[in-house]
Amino acid sequence: MERNPWLLPLLLMLCVGLGYAVLSMPEPVEGLPEILVDNMELAGVSNPVTAVLLNFRGYDTLLEMGVLLVALLGMWSLGGMPDYHESSPGLVLDIMSRQLVPVLILVAGYLLWVGADAPGGAFQAGSLLGAAGVLLLLCGWRIGNRCSGLPLRILLVLGLGMFVMAGTGLLLIGGGLLQYPPSVANELILMIEAAATLSIGATLAAMFLGCRPGGTDK
Amino acid sequence: MSYVYLYALLGVGLFVLGLNALIIHPHMLRKILAVNVMSTGVFLVLVALSSRNEEVLPDPVPHAMVITGIVVSVSATALALILMLKVNRATGKNELPDRGRD
Amino acid sequence: MEALIILNWVLDALLGVSLFGLAWLALASSDIFKAIVLFISFGLLMALAWVRLNAPDIALAEAAIGAGLTGALLLAAYARLEDIDVDAVDGENVQAHIQHDSNEGSE
Repeated sequence: MERNPWLLPLLLMLCVGLGYAVLSMPEPVEGLPEILVDNMELAGVSNPVTAVLLNFRGYDTLLEMGVLLVALLGMWSLGGMPDYHESSPGLVLDIMSRQLVPVLILVAGYLLWVGADAPGGAFQAGSLLGAAGVLLLLCGWRIGNRCSGLPLRILLVLGLGMFVMAGTGLLLIGGGLLQYPPSVANELILMIEAAATLSIGATLAAMFLGCRPGGTDK
Repeated sequence: MSYVYLYALLGVGLFVLGLNALIIHPHMLRKILAVNVMSTGVFLVLVALSSRNEEVLPDPVPHAMVITGIVVSVSATALALILMLKVNRATGKNELPDRGRD
Repeated sequence: MEALIILNWVLDALLGVSLFGLAWLALASSDIFKAIVLFISFGLLMALAWVRLNAPDIALAEAAIGAGLTGALLLAAYARLEDIDVDAVDGENVQAHIQHDSNEGSE
């Protein structure tokens, strides 16, 4: 496929135009960060990113859990791929996964807990759980047939479900959708984050596997 | 010009680099790699422009948007990879069928 | 302190140049496996860039999800891509494989 001679000059013009636009953006007026700092005690957590993700813009995070679920459903509905060729793990993978998986689970729990005050939170902890799941899948561990039906589905839906239940519960009680009263905001955020962590870890590991666990064969 | 503008220009450069690779390469896996590089460039621009004012802490709203964006981009990459494998199974080739020629 | 400011600039410049160079090499290399591995290292260096931009949460998320999980997904897909090409040796075997796999996938 021969290259179009117009491609490179057009891309360079695009690059220069975007660079000029980025460099000439006006200086930020006093706006959002000051309002955020003033309202931080209403949020229940002291890490501003967690407060924004789980409290102030909680609806975006709800939709993001939905995106994860929909991507996994899309992969499963396309049929997925047949499973890997069965092979026992080599020595290094065997020993390393035995050492690393408990450490990963522990660090995930720590990141979930410390996400209220320091960098951390649900997504980071969930991705560590997903990495532990990927390590186990590489070693040939497959989820048993007993747990691959309803319990797996419940685990995948738990994050989104907890979010929606919290939102509608608050709607029924009195405020708006996902408007946490400041006295219970901390506990509510922790509960939602715990459910989201489990759900994100299971979804990421299931995305790596590609096919429905316990599906056509075995 | 503080140092954040360096990262903003790097983000623009990565975006254009990814766009070039997306247009040029016919192999599907390279296209997926190129889209990932493009999205990383966009995230760099977002976060670099959020920490321009050096006295106060950076604006956390673009940080939250970028974390959301990273998770969404990994799920889109996973779905795109399964689609690529299905196309490969159906046609036996690694590249999308080229309709404009022959 | 002048030396500290110069050192900061040098660090940022080095990080920027190596990020751009890694992205270029990853997208322009001839071997796809090399491209994926370079992309994973690009993700890891990007985590350093997020730390330089005062965004440690994004650094954690990028190192775990952006570099680690995306790299694992890409490598798994590349392995399955090669698997399919190796199996399809001659004409009728290609048809047999496609029929067999579409039967498998539709149940």
